[in-house]
Amino acid sequence: MGEDGENTKINHSFLRDYVTEADVISTVEFNQTGDLLATGDKGGRVVIFQRETESKGESEELGESGEYNVYSTFQSHEPDFDYLKSLEIEEKINKIRWLPQQNAAHFLLSTNDKTIKLWKVSERDKRPEGYNLKDEEGRIKDISTVTSLRVPVLKPTDLMVEVRPRRIFANGHTYHVNSISVNSDGETYLSADDLRVNMWHLDITDRSFNIVDIKPANMEDLTEVITAAEFHPQHCHLFVYSSSKGTLRLCDMRDSALCDKHSKIFEEPEDPGNRSFFSEIISSVSDVKFSHSGRYLLTRDYLTVKVWDLNMEKGPVETYQVHEYLRSKLCSLYENDCIFDKFECVWNSTDSVIMTGAYNSFFRMFDRETGRGVTLEAWRESSKPRAVLRTRRIYTGGRRRRGDVGVDSLDFTKKILHMAWHPAENIIAIAATNNLYIFQDRVNAENM
Amino acid sequence: MFSKGTKRKFSDSDEETSDENLVGARVASSYSLQRQSLLDMSLIKLQLCHMLVEPNLCRSVLIANTVRQIQEEMTHDGSWHMVAEAFCSAGQSPSERLVATEVLCRSREQDAEPKLFSVISYEGCREEEVVADETLCSVSVSDTVSNVCLTGRMGQCWEKSELRGVERDEEVLEDSSLGSGEDDELDTEDEASTESPKTIGQVFGTFEIKNSSPGPDSALEELFSDVDTSYYDLDTMLTGIQSAPKMGPYDLLDSLAPSHSSPSIVSTPNCRSDLNELDHIMEIIVGS
Repeated sequence: MGEDGENTKINHSFLRDYVTEADVISTVEFNQTGDLLATGDKGGRVVIFQRETESKGESEELGESGEYNVYSTFQSHEPDFDYLKSLEIEEKINKIRWLPQQNAAHFLLSTNDKTIKLWKVSERDKRPEGYNLKDEEGRIKDISTVTSLRVPVLKPTDLMVEVRPRRIFANGHTYHVNSISVNSDGETYLSADDLRVNMWHLDITDRSFNIVDIKPANMEDLTEVITAAEFHPQHCHLFVYSSSKGTLRLCDMRDSALCDKHSKIFEEPEDPGNRSFFSEIISSVSDVKFSHSGRYLLTRDYLTVKVWDLNMEKGPVETYQVHEYLRSKLCSLYENDCIFDKFECVWNSTDSVIMTGAYNSFFRMFDRETGRGVTLEAWRESSKPRAVLRTRRIYTGGRRRRGDVGVDSLDFTKKILHMAWHPAENIIAIAATNNLYIFQDRVNAENM
Repeated sequence: MFSKGTKRKFSDSDEETSDENLVGARVASSYSLQRQSLLDMSLIKLQLCHMLVEPNLCRSVLIANTVRQIQEEMTHDGSWHMVAEAFCSAGQSPSERLVATEVLCRSREQDAEPKLFSVISYEGCREEEVVADETLCSVSVSDTVSNVCLTGRMGQCWEKSELRGVERDEEVLEDSSLGSGEDDELDTEDEASTESPKTIGQVFGTFEIKNSSPGPDSALEELFSDVDTSYYDLDTMLTGIQSAPKMGPYDLLDSLAPSHSSPSIVSTPNCRSDLNELDHIMEIIVGS
């Protein structure tokens, strides 16, 4: 894999080691064509990158297939305050999801803990000139100076990207929103918090349908929460949600209005040999993604990624160890709260490779055909633009090679939680704290 | 940690047996030490919450489930001792206590979730940074916690005045967890929270005393099979606690570790239970 380019957040590029909390990237998402890449951060801002389309030469192998440059930046959410509970509402963007493009404008949904917003991103490269009543600066003209009438004409100007909020879906959630997912019908989307899943219509902001509610009558009885939810990519009536107990529930909205009763439940029986006090915590699913084909599910729990076949509920069809060497360190990781880190997982465009993040700026890729995994690093010091990423190894015993990293020297503050894979090509976007890395496969276009 | 092979002495077999028992007891107590420290750590995590932002519900639920699991196991091992009388809040009828005890005595296979305690509300919790060293034995709190209100199953909110009565020079853990009444400057930050149970960080509700004998498979049980089980009786165990000054009913952290001696300020709960275990063992060996 080659590295295409490195994009650092703009305002802190001169302070190399100083990371503002607000600049920490909290979500990354490509749009359906892959031309746009959106990132959200803890400060409530969204930065959209656009892929440059002009090719500088005939030969693609020089890596001229477009780089991503900043297209637009806007403040999506502001810090808020819940007066009833006397609690702050963070402006951190939890998720961004693009809508399928229907016209020249692009639409995306962004959400913080409580409120989902629909943004319209449009370009303007013309402006009308020659108004009768206003002058060039927009000031009202003195009527007496107007001697003739003319029709204003559109003149080309510098490209301007406008982002406007089109819908604000507020007050739908009592608990923290962890997922949003656009339905394949193009009209609805779901939003999930810790205890409920709501379905919204994109045009209606004052109403939403509650489709899953796992809140117990007595909060004392609460033992399980919803951790992620997603619509099926093709079937608009199916969606899946994952729980903190490691179960996945596939629900069919045709069954009933309230989908508390699942159609299928995917659960792996616990391995009695590996049982510990942390078994439940590490089984909690932090992310769930349908494959592009719609046939498989990808889940991430603390130590593994698993591939599930929708037709088989009794267990995953594939399990990949992300960082099994951490199993003996679970107590320390529980103590410093790292055990609660929520890693995301992604499919590649052909569903043949899966990827997820780890610690020490490492991320892992697994080839489903060979079953082999590789560890890569997203760290500025060790990679230059256009350098080839070399694989890394964690030393867990046996012969120690140069460059191996010991388990005790892993930096648990450098975690790769958020990532995205281009929908069609082998381009990946990795968020490492406040930096965004975009890596591109250096295969020739003909070979792809 | 401890030597596995003890030197064979040319002495009567009683000493060797007692040595092996000592080793066995140490293994068991090492596990229970770890379990104890995990329990204490979990309770701290639950009780110390950031006030400004709502806590992560998933994290709270997972920690609470871990605590439940530990307490289940400790109950079956017979090492779960609680302050019974203190938990009799006004609204709790004797029949409820009986029901709860029955729940505890049920075997593990029969029920999914024995209600050993109840988590009242996960909302409005604060979180503090807990600085702990590598041994995981000692936990020190970097900040003072405020405004954690622990309520009973009835949803009663403890008056601040009651919590103020908690001994300040108890061990560090307890100090941090029950700082709500003691931290005046932060009281003003959320005036409404003390009235409404939902807005306050709350942890666990009622606890019940397990009066039945300890579980049959417990290693400790074997060790103490010839010991007078009345030792486990609540009255004897709690003499130390009863002599302590008035404390809140949900003084979890203090009551978790069996306290024979008066609690010391600096020593960790693990060291205390360690001492207590060894104390106990020595008493038996020496011959009571």
